[in-house]
Amino acid sequence: MFLKAKRLSKLTLGPVLLFLSLISNGAWAAEAESWRHRFQFNLPIGATDVGAQIYGLHMLVFWICVGVSVVVFGAMFYTVFAFRKSRGAVASQFHESTTLEIAWTIVPFVILIGLAFPATKTLLEIYDNKSADLDVMITGYQWKWKYEYIDPQGNNVSFFSSLRTPQSEIYNEEAKGQDYLLEVDEPLYLPVNKKVRFLVTGNDVIHSWWVPELAVKRDAIPGFVNEAHTKAIKTGIFRGQCAELCGRDHGFMPIVVNVVSQDEYDAWLGKKKAEATELKALMEKEFTLPELVERGKGVYERTCVACHGVNGEGGIGKPLAKSAIATGDIKTHLGIVIHGKAGTAMQAFGGQLNEVDLAAVVTYERNAFGNNMGDSAQPVDVYKLKKGQ
Amino acid sequence: MAANNIAKTVGKLAIVAVGMFAFVFVVMVPLYNTLCDVLGLNGKYSGKQYEVVQANVDKGRSVTVQFVAANAEGMPWQFRPVEASIVIHPGAVNTIEFYAKNITGSDMVAQAVPSFVPSRSAQYFHKTECFCFRRQPLKAGEEATLPVQFIVDQDLPAEVTNITLSYTLFDVTAMDKASKGVANR
Amino acid sequence: MGEHHHGPAKGLTRWLYTTNHKDIGTLYLWFSFAMFILGGSFAMIIRAELFQPGLQLVHPEFFNQMTTMHGLVMVFGAIMPAFVGLANWMIPMMIGAPDMALPRMNNLSFWILPFAFAMLASTLFMQGGAPNFGWTFYAPLSTTYAPPSVTFFIFAIHIMGASSIMGSINIIATVVNLRAPGMTYMKMPLFVWTWFITAFLLVAVMPVLAGAVTMMLMDIHFGTSFFSAAGGGDPVLFQHVFWFFGHPEVYILILPGFGVVSQIIPTFARKPLFGYASMVYATASIAFLSFIVWAHHMYTVGLPVAGELFFMYATLLIAVPTGVKVFNWITTMFKGSMTFETPMLFSIAFVFLFTVGGLSGVMLAMAPVDFQYQDTYFVVAHFHYTMVAGAIFSLTAATYYWLPKWTGRMYSETMGKTHFWLSFFAFNLTFFPQHFVGLAGMPRRIPDYALQFADFNMVSSIGAFFYGSSQILFLFNVIRTIRSGRPITDPKVWEGAQGLEWTVATPAPYHTFTTPPEVK
Repeated sequence: MFLKAKRLSKLTLGPVLLFLSLISNGAWAAEAESWRHRFQFNLPIGATDVGAQIYGLHMLVFWICVGVSVVVFGAMFYTVFAFRKSRGAVASQFHESTTLEIAWTIVPFVILIGLAFPATKTLLEIYDNKSADLDVMITGYQWKWKYEYIDPQGNNVSFFSSLRTPQSEIYNEEAKGQDYLLEVDEPLYLPVNKKVRFLVTGNDVIHSWWVPELAVKRDAIPGFVNEAHTKAIKTGIFRGQCAELCGRDHGFMPIVVNVVSQDEYDAWLGKKKAEATELKALMEKEFTLPELVERGKGVYERTCVACHGVNGEGGIGKPLAKSAIATGDIKTHLGIVIHGKAGTAMQAFGGQLNEVDLAAVVTYERNAFGNNMGDSAQPVDVYKLKKGQ
Repeated sequence: MAANNIAKTVGKLAIVAVGMFAFVFVVMVPLYNTLCDVLGLNGKYSGKQYEVVQANVDKGRSVTVQFVAANAEGMPWQFRPVEASIVIHPGAVNTIEFYAKNITGSDMVAQAVPSFVPSRSAQYFHKTECFCFRRQPLKAGEEATLPVQFIVDQDLPAEVTNITLSYTLFDVTAMDKASKGVANR
Repeated sequence: MGEHHHGPAKGLTRWLYTTNHKDIGTLYLWFSFAMFILGGSFAMIIRAELFQPGLQLVHPEFFNQMTTMHGLVMVFGAIMPAFVGLANWMIPMMIGAPDMALPRMNNLSFWILPFAFAMLASTLFMQGGAPNFGWTFYAPLSTTYAPPSVTFFIFAIHIMGASSIMGSINIIATVVNLRAPGMTYMKMPLFVWTWFITAFLLVAVMPVLAGAVTMMLMDIHFGTSFFSAAGGGDPVLFQHVFWFFGHPEVYILILPGFGVVSQIIPTFARKPLFGYASMVYATASIAFLSFIVWAHHMYTVGLPVAGELFFMYATLLIAVPTGVKVFNWITTMFKGSMTFETPMLFSIAFVFLFTVGGLSGVMLAMAPVDFQYQDTYFVVAHFHYTMVAGAIFSLTAATYYWLPKWTGRMYSETMGKTHFWLSFFAFNLTFFPQHFVGLAGMPRRIPDYALQFADFNMVSSIGAFFYGSSQILFLFNVIRTIRSGRPITDPKVWEGAQGLEWTVATPAPYHTFTTPPEVK
């Protein structure tokens, strides 16, 4: 209750602070800045030229609407005020005027034509698909995004990006962080001042990839690749969300884009490629049980906990504690994690997690929640199972 | 008299209602498919094999064709283009390959669905041979290279210098069994 | 006057077997009010969950069922049947007909509705839950990925569609064949005209909806692939078919409201409607345009640029006839002699708030900017300005306006005005902030949101609770009027009322115009 009261008091304070910052431009500025963030009530201008154009168009049509409102509602309120029976108004009986009626058909028409011109220009710019510097394939999954950097030589880098906000914050057990619901484990990196072409598709249902500040919103449709372009002209972290209802966790698949300098981008991409090589090495390594359990705990908390619960007690998914699968044949257990279980919410994680993580999470599930199986799966086992051996 | 007129009105309106229901199936769906075919929307284009007429190769012009592979949900196969991209001349016959492997322990059937970026390039992209024309079965653990043979039309608009061809692979094992079941009956 | 020798039957069978247009109108109106309360309680659950960030009350899965059911129940259960109820009551009385043209079909088209909604509501208790794919039910979320209850949803939609089609055929047949001598088309009251046009829209597009859900049914159960890419179909096709129905549908929900307001404003301005003919033509143009703008709901789906441009221009064009209507209403009031009884207050608020919704509609029509608006709360705010302040406000106005004629008793003006001011402020408190959160980037249909949206959402929720509870006052006022309102007998009820419905006795006798009146 106290918290609510506090928010309500802030609600009234916010604009006041904003005003104070304008006149004092000193001590209040920082505080007001955070309020501007909270009280954002317009489109962002964003980080692209197209976005700025869209913003301009938005403001243009907004002010035209305001102008129309002032005229129309002004006339209406004057009428309501001036021609009331209580003030002795006597009704006149006119009921048509061809001149008037033609005028208010033509005037809106002209205004609309005035709007259509700049809108057409901006639209053609959005659809301009001439040579891009970089191709990124975006695939929407229930409920995460996959990014794949398409390399002309075929050395594609790809990874999944999913919500990082812990369940404890969502279920109000812990205080919510600043970027609550708008934070991911692996952001998309893009170089600044480079035209990027997104190839957007869906894996299961229709999603929509939207980052307001990059001025991109494209539906991700299974079986169909959509294209969109962006060219960020400033660096920064830009956040967005899925914009098309895609099932249970539609509200929990945010997008974070990190626009960085070319050097930083190259370094990051290099690191990603090195990670892939490292993964290959890891796959040949034999892990100890504690190593796997520790790694597996992390994977479990990122990937499995939403359905299977913190203590393996189940929820949307089946309970894992003392379950027949987690205490049964390890190959069957691995198989279900890799291929999923048809007709249930259990997805196939074989394409989403790497071999090391798959082995680790299965090992963790067999040695946590009171399942003291003492056995472990090695990455190479996963690799073999994936290959169908 | 009035009753007679009412019956006439109702009769006409009933015809309209039934007609609109039929309109969805006999007009909207085929019209949409035709439009998609003509405009190359949503990768529906080129479900059929293209007959080579007379190919004049335009050596003076180069177009980069890029290949992308994606798996739909529940499709565990390994699936990727053998070459990420090639440079071609409009009018020339080109052949590229995709690699697919059924990594599961059971026999499966897949269907590839093509999609083009930019979408209008689809109508200039003629496939003379493609694994996407039919369903592709692979036994457990089996691998295959799947060829695509194509010609890019010389009428391709000059501003298009880059075509991306994407295939999404769907698992149609169940669908295939169902239709075979019907055929065998 | 058309006094008749027999009155209604007694008891429950009166309502079950009735073929009287007034009885059926009453049934429709009460049914739709019940659905309004049901859909409203779903909305209350949605707003309660969105009161604060974090998940407090419901799981995301159930939240999605609530947004879906709220939309379906409000569109198909509350607004559409309520207007059909008004049409049943008023159209025969306005054109001097003794009853609807097809009284028995009228009974049928009402009585299948409760079954449809019972079936739809029962899905809430089924394994896997109620439909959770939004009232727009985009494939493949509503086919391959749908809960098992989707089949019941499809059947419910089929029944509602059949009911609407029968109702519309009945209205058209009545208007075409049963007008009193001298009642030419261009003399018909505007409420009749708007309904006449709406009925044609319904006959044209409800079968399209039926086609869409039939294709879904076949995809789900009979192995076809209309909407599945794997089998050579296309999920985008679904959206085209749906919105080919869906855009005319949203005008179906508002055109009769235009008619209601066009009746009420002249009455309380004591001045004839300005530009009657242009009102009729504007309505017809809006109806026509509604068939060629559907893809403005699909700007982000990847249409070719030529398509985007066409749909943008066509959509912008709708502002012209809509503007004509707004200007005509205002000019009707200009130089009138106005009083502000409850129906007039709701009608003026309708003109004001519907115009706000119309202007945000112009913004949404702009394809390039819509890339930022699409599927955000800005859209939610827009369509609630047109659907709540448009359709629901006009329905409320109509109820207050005709209730004395129906019951022969006057409602409490104080309570009515309180209801109005509460509704007006609560409505704006609820939906105006939603423009802001939408622009700031909050997508629609999410059960939880980032912190920068928290304050506006809390305001919005508070407004929604006020709006919801103020409707109880409405219900109370109506019941009080029926049971113990001040009796009135003046056929005209309102000083400035014009038209045939005000020439019959108050309360309206069970049978009216058994001998047709002569219209000069």
